[in-house]
Amino acid sequence: MIMPPRIKARGGKVRSKINRAPSPVLAVGLPWLSIMIGSVLTTVLVIASAPIMPPLGFLMYLAWRQLRPGLLPVWAGLPLGMIDDLYSGQPFGSAVLLWSIATIVLDVFEVRVPWRQFITDWLVAAAITATYAIASLTLANLASGSTPVLTIVPQIIASILIYPLVCRLVAKIDQVRLIPIVEVD
Amino acid sequence: MAPPANRRPGHSRRAQYSSFFGYLAGVLGALIGAVLLILSIRNPGLFSGAQSAATEAAEPAGSASAVTRRAGRDIFSVLEGYVLAGSRYDKLNRELKQARSELAESKAIKAENRRLKKLLTIVEDDPEPVAVSRLTGSSAASSRRYATIGVGFRHGVRDGMPVRSILGIVGRVLQTGPGSARVLLVTDTQSLVPVRRAQDDVAAFAQGRGDGTLQVRLIDLGVNPLKKGDILVTSGAGGLYRTGIPVAVVTELTPDGAQARVLSDPAATDYAIVEPISIGPETEPASANEQQASGGATDSER
Repeated sequence: MIMPPRIKARGGKVRSKINRAPSPVLAVGLPWLSIMIGSVLTTVLVIASAPIMPPLGFLMYLAWRQLRPGLLPVWAGLPLGMIDDLYSGQPFGSAVLLWSIATIVLDVFEVRVPWRQFITDWLVAAAITATYAIASLTLANLASGSTPVLTIVPQIIASILIYPLVCRLVAKIDQVRLIPIVEVD
Repeated sequence: MAPPANRRPGHSRRAQYSSFFGYLAGVLGALIGAVLLILSIRNPGLFSGAQSAATEAAEPAGSASAVTRRAGRDIFSVLEGYVLAGSRYDKLNRELKQARSELAESKAIKAENRRLKKLLTIVEDDPEPVAVSRLTGSSAASSRRYATIGVGFRHGVRDGMPVRSILGIVGRVLQTGPGSARVLLVTDTQSLVPVRRAQDDVAAFAQGRGDGTLQVRLIDLGVNPLKKGDILVTSGAGGLYRTGIPVAVVTELTPDGAQARVLSDPAATDYAIVEPISIGPETEPASANEQQASGGATDSER
């Protein structure tokens, strides 16, 4: 700090950019938080008399895993799925099971196909989402219910179509996540 | 989009172990999920405490969303109104004239009913609502049909209480937390409502189909007396719901009954009214058909 007056004169803009690092709380916590918000948002946005809402929590989870592989640990499906189960109305444990399986499937795919485009990612996410929706239905029916498969077809289509948007959102959150705001000593 | 170069952690034993244990934890997560699932299927009430606590925590978001939802719907109806104003005004005017005369008629019938009931010394208790609330959330992504309401046992809500809106039956309280409750909607495949046709005594069960419609199964098989446009009301059999709450309108006939659309669409429901549990059918369905029919008529006019 030899010339403090000059730096001050240039205004806060320079000051606020140099010598800063991303906040570790945001960098680590934001993905988790955004997925949990997705899970809750699915239930409060509309009051639906049919399953029409895409499972936003799960889509967020997939998007984070595909855009930032390795950021969420492999076991992240356990706590996040548990939160989703509390709100989704599914029998408790169904999201824990399915999210964990989806994680492993995604990781295997990533090892096999290291070079890919967004279209590939989208196709994989579409396949996983459709399987997830049908498996959720099967588990709910297993517990106590008898909903026909045709009921969830609109939901599957909506989920696939909204996925690029969710990826965009996750990319934006990822930028926010890494904004350098904490002063480095 | 390139993935991070090489995800194999290299020669470091420690890094290899941590990657391995990561996968182990992933598989373990799936196993724990399976165990939880089996537990919750065996004993559905096991996690209800955690679920109602979670619902409670999300309650402010639900309430806020309920308000904006309402505003959003209003915007659409305003836009629609501009387009359809003229023809709708005409139609409403015609219907109003018709309704006025019918209203006068029904007032007379109501008065007569009251007099006749007094003669028969039947005590008609009009249940005071336990609580009134907005619907704050629903299982919109799951194939099970639940909704949450913003009142709980602090407000006197108990498990099993019927929930209705002004338009008709919505569902039944399944789990109560202190300030919120989970409602099993009538469109859920597990919900079974005993119904009858509003104008006579064709008895049936209305089971949810999970997609916003109901499957109506007649109790008396044989010639299907239902017609498109028939209104179904609760019959009160079994004692879960009191008699005469509107349930659904028949949209399509099937060999053993009909498909019906729920009258009180949860998406269009502003306020949900929680009613006390009806103790039992007010009248024996077999012995006093006429009484039930007249009781039902007054209820649906209310």
